[in-house]
Amino acid sequence: MTTLAEPDTGTDTGTTPNTGEPPEQSPRRVGGRTLDDVLAATGAALGGFALVWVVYGNLLPTSGKLGFVVCWYLAFLLLYAGVTALRHPRAVIADRLGAAVVHALAALLGLGLVLVVGFTFARGAEALGHANFWVSDLSGAGPLDPLEQGGVLHALLGSLVQITIATAITLPLGVACAVFLNEVGGRLARPVRTVVEAMTALPSIVAGLFIYVTVLVFAGFQRSGLAAALAISVMMLPIIARAAEVVLRVVPNGLREAGLALGASQWRTVWRVVLPTARPSLATALILGIARGVGETSPVLLTAGYTTYLNADPTSGPMVSLPLVTYTLAKSSERVDQVRAFGAASILLAFVLLLFVIARVVAQRSTKGGRR
Amino acid sequence: MTAAPDRPRAITPATPVGDRVFRGAVRFSGVLVLLVMGGIGLFLAFQAVPTLRVLGWSFFTEHLWRPESNRLGILSIALGTLQVAVVAIVIAVPVATGTALYISEYAPLKAKRTLVALLDLMAAVPSVVYGLWGFFFLQEEIIYLSRWLSTYLGWLPFFEVRTDVTAAVWEKSAYTSSVFICGVVVSLMVIPITASVMREVFASAPPGEREAALALGSTRWGVIRAVVLPFGRGGVIGGTMLGLGRALGETIAVALIISPAFDVKFRVLEKGGNTISELIALRFGESSPFQLSALLAAGLVLFLFTLLINVLASMVVARSRSGAATEI
Repeated sequence: MTTLAEPDTGTDTGTTPNTGEPPEQSPRRVGGRTLDDVLAATGAALGGFALVWVVYGNLLPTSGKLGFVVCWYLAFLLLYAGVTALRHPRAVIADRLGAAVVHALAALLGLGLVLVVGFTFARGAEALGHANFWVSDLSGAGPLDPLEQGGVLHALLGSLVQITIATAITLPLGVACAVFLNEVGGRLARPVRTVVEAMTALPSIVAGLFIYVTVLVFAGFQRSGLAAALAISVMMLPIIARAAEVVLRVVPNGLREAGLALGASQWRTVWRVVLPTARPSLATALILGIARGVGETSPVLLTAGYTTYLNADPTSGPMVSLPLVTYTLAKSSERVDQVRAFGAASILLAFVLLLFVIARVVAQRSTKGGRR
Repeated sequence: MTAAPDRPRAITPATPVGDRVFRGAVRFSGVLVLLVMGGIGLFLAFQAVPTLRVLGWSFFTEHLWRPESNRLGILSIALGTLQVAVVAIVIAVPVATGTALYISEYAPLKAKRTLVALLDLMAAVPSVVYGLWGFFFLQEEIIYLSRWLSTYLGWLPFFEVRTDVTAAVWEKSAYTSSVFICGVVVSLMVIPITASVMREVFASAPPGEREAALALGSTRWGVIRAVVLPFGRGGVIGGTMLGLGRALGETIAVALIISPAFDVKFRVLEKGGNTISELIALRFGESSPFQLSALLAAGLVLFLFTLLINVLASMVVARSRSGAATEI
């Protein structure tokens, strides 16, 4: 008893003086920037700019805008390190330089993405502005005809037909294969999983070559949209099966067990519990797989043939797709054809962007409305 | 009067018909995928046999591709494939590491989702779009960098360009269509793959260790050095190798940019070069059956190469993620 009471009185006597005169205490700022941080960075940036402005072209063995930016950045790093070294220990120097380098690398990649997308749309805008570019094929328009003639409707249609066929083949097969690997399993699952994983490494050009040799050379069929769709399917199937399997694997086992414990058969558990749980991420994975398939050029290059005519029948006659038209027209030396190539690439890119936005919306809505 | 003795109920019930049909159908599709995919692998292997039997080792040591004189070999194109991939990886690894670190460590919380989506988007941009950009935009700009490198670092064998670097009017065409430019373009396709693997692994670095480092007075960079990078080493290596696999198989961007040449050289800044997939894309149409078989053999070599790299990569990544569990 006394041993318990004694510490109490001890703390009481210890706290009474503190309550009498409260010390000026405020929590240290953990995040955010101090004035010193901001000034050091901007000062180093401005100083570096001024230094390189004076020295550039007179002393340095460089010229051009790219060289200027690189030199400016290097000068900035040097000055930043120097300024920091005046007031801070080495750990802070490393911290600031590390942050500067990481930010620059990320910005470099962002710049690359903006340049790629922006350049494609900027060059393609000229072709996209003509209404005929959307509603006619290239049959009447040669490389020397102006942009007022001809369009890429045939390629747009070809892309849609081919990706529809490829999706119709790979989606059920891929998802069923993933369900097999994850839900049923057994001795066969191991070889199937190994082979599917191995086949994701198959270069798309080899997939195209395979269909070219088997369907076109050995079986003697003509180049057609169907052959192209088959080549795309060969490329997409392992990607889709693997993506779907990864998504299904994340479905918590407790849900499966709950379904089975309630007396549902395995089929109903998969259909009513597992697949609906995985639906949003499954949709995202599948849409991304489709986006990969629609942008793939090399399998189509070998199997679809090239035509400038509108062809909606996948079983007969060559049928081009957007990437193939882009590739073929880009190799032309005529400026008009190159503009058309950029126009086709812009439509392709817009299509991929659209698929992508749909995938994001599906994923977003699920995480907001989900009952987890 | 006496009740029948209790007997235990059978624990394993008879499988309902629906389940049997379901399992059968699903197993069938699994087998179908196995047959189709395995069939492709076997087909490639069998098609390559006659070529290898006729050409023997010379298939790997010959650098020319002249079907008319029966001189077919993949030495120069395999070398070109590796060079493009190496250039792409050398550029991609630092940029991808920086991007992954930025997204997982520096980016504001609100922007993180958007940035991850942008990275995914970059992976989904078709390769022909990158190829167009590389051919019409990048090539005009980057030949100045090529020239600078060859002028000041030309004493390094791989930066050498066989042209008069001190000429008053320099020969621009000597620097175009080079392995280097292809590598830069391919690196743009590699970075999103590599960076997203790295980011995932970086983000799963244990928070306890992070907080411990911060509590000991570490800076943010200190946390990265002491916690994030050591824990993410597997992701860095695995992501790099996955990117390498993609870089080896890239066709269209390379076919658009490079001008085909069949010499064994390491001068990456100089015009001309070749890769396996580009060779297939250019030569498949005019091929005799023998040459087609040789192309398939080249394709098989490429496939085995990417396969090996992917298997190694997935082993490394899987080991680094072994702690992650998805059970509830």
